Parts: sequence; structure tokens; C-alpha cells
Amino acid sequence: MVLVFAEREGNSFKKSAYEAVSYGRDLAESLGTTCVAAVIGRVENAGQLGRYGAHAVVEHTGAGTDVFEPAVYTAALDEIAKSQNCDVVVLSGSYTGKILAPKLAARNKAALVTGVVELPDMSSGFTVRKSCYSNKAFTTVQLNAPNKVLSIIPNSYSIKEFPGEATLTQLSTDLSGSSMTQSLEIDKQAGKVPLTEAEVVVSGGRGLKGPENWGMIEEMAELLGAATACSKPVSDMEWRPHSEHVGQTGITIKPNLYIAIGISGAIQHLAGVGGSKVICVINTDPEAPFFKAADYGIVGDAFDVVPKLINRLKEINA
Amino acid sequence: MRSKFSYFCTTLTEKKRDMKILVCVSAVPDTTTKITFTENNTKFNSSGVQFIINPYDELALTRALELTEQQGGEVHIITVGDASVEPIMRKALAIGAASAIRVDAQANDGMEVAMEIAAYAGDKGYDLIMAGRESIDFNGGQVGPILSELLGYALVNIATKVDIENGRVLATRDIDGGREKVSCTMPCVVTAQKDLCEPRIPNMRGIMQARTKPLQVIPATVSSGSTAYASFELPEAKGAVKLIDAAEAGKLIDLLREEKKLI
Ligand SMILES: Cc1cc2nc3c(=O)[nH]c(=O)nc-3n(C[C@H](O)[C@H](O)[C@H](O)COP(=O)(O)OP(=O)(O)OC[C@H]3O[C@@H](n4cnc5c(N)ncnc54)[C@H](O)[C@@H]3O)c2cc1C
Repeated sequence: MVLVFAEREGNSFKKSAYEAVSYGRDLAESLGTTCVAAVIGRVENAGQLGRYGAHAVVEHTGAGTDVFEPAVYTAALDEIAKSQNCDVVVLSGSYTGKILAPKLAARNKAALVTGVVELPDMSSGFTVRKSCYSNKAFTTVQLNAPNKVLSIIPNSYSIKEFPGEATLTQLSTDLSGSSMTQSLEIDKQAGKVPLTEAEVVVSGGRGLKGPENWGMIEEMAELLGAATACSKPVSDMEWRPHSEHVGQTGITIKPNLYIAIGISGAIQHLAGVGGSKVICVINTDPEAPFFKAADYGIVGDAFDVVPKLINRLKEINA
Repeated sequence: MRSKFSYFCTTLTEKKRDMKILVCVSAVPDTTTKITFTENNTKFNSSGVQFIINPYDELALTRALELTEQQGGEVHIITVGDASVEPIMRKALAIGAASAIRVDAQANDGMEVAMEIAAYAGDKGYDLIMAGRESIDFNGGQVGPILSELLGYALVNIATKVDIENGRVLATRDIDGGREKVSCTMPCVVTAQKDLCEPRIPNMRGIMQARTKPLQVIPATVSSGSTAYASFELPEAKGAVKLIDAAEAGKLIDLLREEKKLI
């Protein structure tokens, strides 16, 4: 059976959870088995995961599961997997998934592949494609153990809708004794689209000259329902928060649309955004390397071009 | 000026302890490498490629050195690989590690690497085991979390800050859309993210000393991994960029709507 970790954020699910569940359902169908979703901690309506492909949902609400803790969540997920006899586990490669996938695999001597971008291929054994060399290449990996753990890059798979709710089972073992780290404080910008989940990203580079010029970037992002990002020097100079830094040493993103404004397109920047489906580049320099990786380009001054884009968006929205 | 009393208080609360830190390092192609493959796309083409210490491992190493400078203690590095990785191990020694261990194996995946390191480190009494958040070649992000599981240690993954206070680890880690401050006891595994510290450049003295520092080679203990890289491919080349005149920039929005159905 295929188990999917459906990550929650407070009382509801993250978008990446729906994506992982749809992936798990399609994988289960190609293996001729069922798809079970694992929920850790309490959510409003866990059965709704049926609408994204889960046949059944197991919710673990034992003591300790309220707040994410690596050892506790690994134990909870492992308990759910064993209770359902699951041999393939799917997780989203969120920051939580980046912890749970390897820990769960280590417990079960599973074959582990992280950075997965597609459904596995079962035509000769069990192989799956993953991103490597920081988005500069892909590799097809053969999984040779009975237990398998796959972690998929957020935004790699489209969410699908299915009829009906899933059956719900509860587990409630007390796991508080497994806890090893204590959460002291969480610092999060509320109400913002998380960068790794965003479908559209508007990103600014050193060409924007200073932090005071980000007003138009934020305005355009808001009109597009987009998240904002930036290049490394911009976060190094503290024009923008570190959490917006994309690239080889920052966050890797895969939005449907990436709009790069005043960014040269250095190889280390492309390493984090090259997987975007459509790339638009706005740069004064026609020789900027980014144009080679772009689908659409405007050679021009951001301070002239961006207000024009904002105007057009407002006309359309009106 | 600090009074005697407050000095007494801080020495009482900031009790120092000698630390033993193991840092996992790997060799990766330089970040500017043009990636290509050979042998019918089954092997990475390393000809002419400059190998460096994985940048995140370098951050882990530097922070480990800073912690032992504050707390007292020693930093050791460990690598799983063949003799070709020794130049980057010497570089890590030049940066300041006291000694190096190389597990003589060509590991297939992160699980195998972590199992080798766990087999070595299990009974050595390290307070901290540090690694990069991921290697920039296979981008697995596996070694740190797997080590924490195999050894039963606490884990702070993708850390942007790590300090030792009163014998506890105080750290900040990245989470989706923000950061979390956490605290845990040692032994603990910490993986390094950008911002953890500024990498150190080895000086002449360090480079000289590195030549005589111990570099121990030990045999592999794990049989083989459970994954194998079957083939590699480069992303499809993009078609030519469609340029839009800056005077009619608004057309971009219409094209995204009509051609790509994105807005
Ligand atoms: C080990 C390593 C890791 C790195 N990791 C990353 C990473 O993760 N992410 C990252 O982004 N970088 C990374 N870098 C840095 C990278 O090499 C580049 O230096 C960086 O991406 C450049 O940022 P930029 O494009 O904003 O600035 P610049 O290179 O200065 O480019 C600014 C661009 O703006 C254009 N411009 C100027 N004025 C205007 C205007 N008015 N309107 C429109 N365009 C304008 C210019 O023509 C230029 O192309 C890394 C480097 C190294 C060595």
C-alpha cells in the first residue's frame, strides 16, 4: 500500500499535502493498490483528503503531536505506516518532509529518493526521475529495496480532484516521551504565499538599486497572487529577508511562472529557478545571461516596464 | 565596567565544556561547472572539473571551529570516498580541523554514506555531528537526518544559527515561510544552511600544518546501497526567447494570459 504524509499547517492542510496525496493516488493505481493518507496532529476535516485521492486517512493525535518535532513525527509516521502495512511512502519535500523522509527511510532500511519530479516508472523494476546538480540535470534512480520512500519537489505534480470522502481511522499512542528538541519560537510572515508553494513568483535583483524600490514588486505580486523572491546579493545586503533568497545556496522553487526583474541570471541563481515552467526576464542589458533561459523577455528599465505591467494587470482585473 | 559580581554570575552560568565535533564533508563540482555526462549518459563527466568542499559542509566546518574556539575542544572531519577526495580533505584540515577520517568506499547514495559515518562515529562520543544541509551535486539532503535516526541523536536540520549555552544547543532553523528557534541536548546532529557563518579561507600557516595533520583511512563496513543511478539527462533546451518591446510592455501580460493561460 502507498502511504502519503499530508502535512498540516495549524488546523488545515498545506497545498503541498494535496499535491502529495494526488501523486500517491496515481502511484497506488499504477501499483494496483490503495492510497492511505497520514495526518499527524488534529485538523478540521481530515476526511476531505479523499477529494484529492486518498482512499483512507489515518490521523495520529497522540500526546506530543501538536507541534512538529523530528523524532516524534518520525515515530508517528512510522506507526501509521506499519499499522497499514505500507511499503511505499510519499512525502512532499517541504522543510518538514526534508526531515521525515530520510529519518523514516533510515528506520526501515528503505530505498530513499529525494527531489523527485515525476511518477515512478515500473517498466523495468522501480525507477524514478529526480533533479540533481542543483537543477542543472536530472537522473533516473533505480530503487532496489522492498520498502521505498519518495520525497517530491513541491509544485512538481498537479493536484487532482476525486469524488467522495475517505474513511478515517484514529491512532492516539502517547509519543511525548520520544521528543528530543524543544520549539522555543516560530517566526513566520502570516498571510503570505509561501515561496515554495507559490504558482507565480515575482523576483528582484540588484538592478532594482535599493530596498525602497520594492513597492512596485510587491504591488505586482499582489495583483498576480504571487510570492516575492530575490537574488543572493539582495538578501546579503539585507534589502530583503533571507527567506526570499532563491538559487543554489537559497531556496529552490518550481513555480508555473517566474518573473525576474533586474537579475543577471548567474548560473548559481538559475540553479534555484531553472525548473520554473515559464520564465520572464526584464533587464536593461540585452546581453544578460538570463535571456538565454527565458521564455519571454523585455529589454528595458524596470522602473519604466514594471509600472506598465501593473497598469495592464489593473485594467484586466477591473 | 563589569562588576566582579556580574562576572562571577556569567562564569557560573556559561559553564564551558570541551567539545568533540565531527563534520561530514564531501567533494562536489565547483558551482560554476557546466554539467555534462559520459558513457552514454550513465556517468558524470569529471574531466576538467574542479572539485571543492561542498559549500554547505564548509559552513558546517567553520561554525564547528568557531564553537570549539569558544567552548574548547576539537573538530574532526569525515568523508566517504576514494583517494581522489584527499585534496579537499587537506583543505578542510588547512581551514582548521584537527584530524581527518576517510572511509574508503564509493558510496551509491546518502543512506550508504550515513551508515558508514554512523558505524564510525557511534562509539566515539561526539557532542555534535555537523553536515551541510545537502550536497550541491545530488541534492539529497539525507546524511544529517539519517545520522540522527541511526544514532538516536536530536536533529536540527537546515540551521541558520547554532550556539551552545549551558551545555545545550540553541539553534534557529528554516521552516516553510519562516524560521524556528529550537533548543536540545547533546549529542545532536546539525545541518548547515547559508547564514550560519562566513566561510573561512585557509591561511599559509594552516596550509603548512595541514600537511602533517593525521588523515586516517578506514575500510568500508556497509555492503551496498539500495538505490542506483541508472542514467542522467540535461534539461530540454529552451526555445528562443520571445522579446517584447519595452514601449509595449503590457503586451507581456496579454501573452501570458493567451499563450500560456497563466494569469
Ligand atoms: C558559491 C556561490 C553561490 C551562489 N548562490 C547564489 C544563489 O543562491 N542565488 C543567487 O541569486 N546568486 C547566487 N550567487 C551569486 C551569483 O553568482 C550572482 O552574483 C548573483 O545572482 C547576482 O545577483 P543579481 O543578478 O541580483 O545582481 P547583478 O549580477 O548585479 O545583476 C543585476 C542585473 O540587473 C540589471 N539592471 C540594472 N539596472 C536595471 C534596471 N533599472 N532595470 C532592469 N534591469 C537592471 C543589470 O543589467 C544586471 O543584469 C552565488 C555565487 C557563488 C559563488
